[in-house]
Amino acid sequence: MGHDVDIRDWYISRFKDFENSLNGESLKPIHMLRKEAIEGFAKLNFPTTRDEEWRFTNISPILRFNFKPSLKIKKITKSTVEKFLFKELNCHLLVFINGHFAKEFSRTNNLPKGVVAGNINREISNGSELVGRHLGKYANHKEQIFTALSTAFTKDGAFIYVPDDKIIEEPIHILFITDTNGEQLLTQPRNLYIAGKNSQVTILEHYASVNEGLYFTNVVTEVVAGENSIVDHIKLQEESVKSFHISRTEIDQERSSNFASHSISLGGEITRNDFNSRFNGQGGECTLNGLYLLNGNQLYDTHTMIDHANPYCNSHEHYKGILDGQSRGVFNGKIMVRRDAQKTNAFQENNNIILSSDALVNTKPQLEIFADDVKCSHGATIGQLDADSMFYLKARGIGEEKARTILIHAFASDVVRTVKIEALRNYFEKILNDRFNK
Amino acid sequence: MSTEVNQIEELANKEYKYGFVSDIEAESFPSGLDEDIIRQLSEIKKEPEFMLEWRLKAYKHWLTMEEPNWANIKYPPIDYQAISYYSAPKKKPAKKNLDEVDPELLRTYEKLGISLEEQKVLSGVAVDAVFDSVSVATTFKSKLAELGIIFCSMSDAIQNHPELVKKYLGSVVPYTDNFFATLNSAVFSDGSFVYIPKGVRCPMELSTYFRINAANTGQFERTLIIADEGAYVSYLEGCTAPMRDENQLHAAVVELVALDNAQIKYSTVQNWYPGDKNGIGGIYNFVTKRGACRGVNSKISWTQVETGSAITWKYPSCLLIGDNSIGEFYSVAVTNNFQQADTGTKMIHMGKNTRSTIISKGISAGKSNNSYRGQVKIIKRADNARNFSQCDSLLIGDKCGAHTFPYLDINNPSAQIEHEATTSKIGEDQIFYLNQRGISTEDAIGMIVNGYCKEVFKELPMEFAVEAQKLLSVSLEGSVG
Repeated sequence: MGHDVDIRDWYISRFKDFENSLNGESLKPIHMLRKEAIEGFAKLNFPTTRDEEWRFTNISPILRFNFKPSLKIKKITKSTVEKFLFKELNCHLLVFINGHFAKEFSRTNNLPKGVVAGNINREISNGSELVGRHLGKYANHKEQIFTALSTAFTKDGAFIYVPDDKIIEEPIHILFITDTNGEQLLTQPRNLYIAGKNSQVTILEHYASVNEGLYFTNVVTEVVAGENSIVDHIKLQEESVKSFHISRTEIDQERSSNFASHSISLGGEITRNDFNSRFNGQGGECTLNGLYLLNGNQLYDTHTMIDHANPYCNSHEHYKGILDGQSRGVFNGKIMVRRDAQKTNAFQENNNIILSSDALVNTKPQLEIFADDVKCSHGATIGQLDADSMFYLKARGIGEEKARTILIHAFASDVVRTVKIEALRNYFEKILNDRFNK
Repeated sequence: MSTEVNQIEELANKEYKYGFVSDIEAESFPSGLDEDIIRQLSEIKKEPEFMLEWRLKAYKHWLTMEEPNWANIKYPPIDYQAISYYSAPKKKPAKKNLDEVDPELLRTYEKLGISLEEQKVLSGVAVDAVFDSVSVATTFKSKLAELGIIFCSMSDAIQNHPELVKKYLGSVVPYTDNFFATLNSAVFSDGSFVYIPKGVRCPMELSTYFRINAANTGQFERTLIIADEGAYVSYLEGCTAPMRDENQLHAAVVELVALDNAQIKYSTVQNWYPGDKNGIGGIYNFVTKRGACRGVNSKISWTQVETGSAITWKYPSCLLIGDNSIGEFYSVAVTNNFQQADTGTKMIHMGKNTRSTIISKGISAGKSNNSYRGQVKIIKRADNARNFSQCDSLLIGDKCGAHTFPYLDINNPSAQIEHEATTSKIGEDQIFYLNQRGISTEDAIGMIVNGYCKEVFKELPMEFAVEAQKLLSVSLEGSVG
């Protein structure tokens, strides 16, 4: 316990350095929010496994290190950045290195008129009214200690604004590269995506690391899906397997909006993803899909909460995990149907395949329902590759290894094939091949 | 919609059918709890030294514990010093047959429709009736004794079979287990004890009727059932309670032990006073039930129909220790008005090739809240474990809530786990279909609800299935049909 307090004090002491690095920017109204958050942070405790929301995820390894908030960008070469790009993919590109915007590598000149895609720091400096209106409004920093930490150190991150009736056809690829160079860094991207009425946008959030370093990424993303908008969100997490990744995505859905998220998680020693969506109007549609491939001593934890606060909304959730080594998968999906949210359809599914005898799955699909005219279901399965299917393939002359790969592909395809971008689908297929075609 | 509202109102206005107080002199302790009370209790019951020590250990441990608050239920704080921890019907010399039993007591049972004679003659059920806290009459005892079966009150067992009690009491639910189980360990008044010797198949369904009678007396029942190697027993437990305005605490503990190849089937129909339509009064039912499948090929099956109590907090569980052992849980939980139920099960797979099945059906009406909370845990060495869980919720009316909190903790790759849950209301198309065939809406809803619960009802022994359906009609049919 004493150690947790030390670590908290460590981050509080870092806040001073951070303030000094802001160079007069600390006069902006956003700084009030930062100060409020750090004060709140001082009062909160780091969660332990005694907290229901963190019951299976022991974060004490994260608290063992004094991570240094990353205050400046690091120079890396163009070829390093290119390693992480998808060649077949035509897209707009935003690159962040160690949490800071790298303008020279970014490519946003092709965007339709009125669309803003850039870094949030610039918007803050320009005193953007949109940022003032939305930043910190959806991710609660008063109760969540990691959100408080992020809010206190709000500096940079992606900012996307799509005005009403605009459609961005090519996806926006946001690449977060960490290059620690031996330092134990804390990077805290703070993202805000705003989609106006009848707009459409596809956003790929991509986390990657130059080397297998030890660092801590703490992300907070806020998404506002305006009336009748379509927002496709893909999160690809390929951090170093020694790193820690804690992320919180808060989605605010207006009437008839359609939000879809696909979260593919491969890296990180401890990863925690929170996806929370709230329907503010009727007729909304929310899809949360995920695939996690774990090995070694990785721990991956997804917490989702879909708040059906209004009637006539649909939600679909499908998370799939393939666990090997001594890895651990945690899933906690919550569907809340509030009073009067009639005609709700909510479906949730979590399937896991355990490939080794030391892997562990903790899953808790949860329904809380206060309205009667609803259709809700959840399901969870945990098992190994089906022996009958295996036999079927082997009987047709397919070897053990190949059969295994086929079955794993089939298992993962439920999530992979729902990704709308072909280049990414191919990439995920390749990852599956590389992983399981030994 | 409006007919449904009317039906709910109709039910809400229905008086609790089994609410009455029978006028029997009761010997009660003053309210309050301290070591002296426990000593006194143990002395009255002429318990051997080891029991007193055990009670005191539990009491000391209880003082260090905090009341749990994780369940999805709300209630005003309980003042444990305001409860009287012992109440017994006035003692009379030992009875050999029913004629010697207090006629007032017998009349009470008759009002409940559970006439001892009738049970005895017609259904062949041996009834160990627990009235308040002390066993009053035990029937068929001699017949069971011929087979070596011990079926008696816990107090008798402590005096006559201390070696069995010492060996098994607290072996499944240790006195340190949880707040309410620890309290029970310290102050339990009586309960039932069953021992089935090796290779014996108990020829009849054993049953006990619990009733809470004296005002302000918490009931702390302790039940222990042991099925030795190759034995089989089916045990029934049913409850009704008189109408009361104050909340009464009931913190029972049930322990089951199944050795090699043994089978225990434990069925419950619970219909305690649920409080009135404004949520005033009713029983707090905080029960710890757990069975240990200790031996290979052993099987424990829990079936419960929960319609009563203001608050139900109960998770009948199975520890599947022996290889090839089987755990089952079948439950129908009905809540209405302001009732709250947080119930479910735990299946802990520890042996190889263990299997478990969970079927839970929740029905919420009125302003009630009904939660399923369950855990399926497969430990690392439990190879080839298999679990199937299904928890369905049915909502009647738009002011009630249904919740599911299933935990699946799997640490073995050969495990096969399936969990399904659905929530829905009775479909208008289903009712329309039945209406078309000349079935009135009331009957249609009744049919649908009965069909919905059928999977659980079919697990009940014959004697109980009738009562369960009666109870369902009392608690629910007013609201739906």
